Amino acid sequence: MMRTPLARVRYFGSAHAGTGHYWLQRVTAIANLPLVIAFIVILVSLIGRPQAEVAVTLGSPFVAAVMLLLTLSITVHMRLGMQVIIEDYIHHKGLRLIALVANTFFAIAIATLAVIAIADLMFRA
Amino acid sequence: MSSADLKANRPLSPHIWIYRWPLTMVMSIAHRITGAGLYVGTALLVWWLWAAASSDPRDYDSLRAFFGSWFGLVILFGYTWALLHHMLGGVRHLIWDTGALLTKTPRNFLAIATVVGSATLTIVIWVVVLAVRS
Repeated sequence: MMRTPLARVRYFGSAHAGTGHYWLQRVTAIANLPLVIAFIVILVSLIGRPQAEVAVTLGSPFVAAVMLLLTLSITVHMRLGMQVIIEDYIHHKGLRLIALVANTFFAIAIATLAVIAIADLMFRA
Repeated sequence: MSSADLKANRPLSPHIWIYRWPLTMVMSIAHRITGAGLYVGTALLVWWLWAAASSDPRDYDSLRAFFGSWFGLVILFGYTWALLHHMLGGVRHLIWDTGALLTKTPRNFLAIATVVGSATLTIVIWVVVLAVRS
């Protein structure tokens, strides 16, 4: 009888990734809660304000820290979420692969661009 | 019995597409759609950050012109609701992850609470926004 060696499947299941995806989705979901609430407060307080004031606030240590953590948490979270959507609805193997790679690139691009802008605002003061 | 007519005029398979959508199913779809919307909308967040960091004041002016237009306001309002709906829906899922509130009445209560909660919070936030702006 052919059986997969236990060592190769233990903790990993049929997706070969174990509970990593599920777990990271939940961890980032929990992190998103306070970060998004803080983001809404920041956004509401800055709506309609002049650019100079917005730049100073976004570059201040606490707000910049919130924005950086928010960027990290939401981009990881949204990449995982979109990955599941792609895996559920795109059945053509080639298209699915392209979509999964594009998903990763988009998430990394958003994260990088956001971090660069926040860093720029932080270090100009 | 063994000679039963297999082509007898018996009922066809049930119409699986014709049934009342369970509330939790609608909420599951809404969770996905709002998540996908928030995903695309992160580009707007990047736009805001880059405009704020730009040395050319026209960049922030054009951002303000866009979000001040009725189209921009509709997007912002929709984004607010999508964010809150996805957030409360996420809390619902975290509660379910513990195994709690999965039976019929509590899970439907949570679904309705998510809809009412996200709509209420969206309105509250926009009342505050309009109060702050004016």
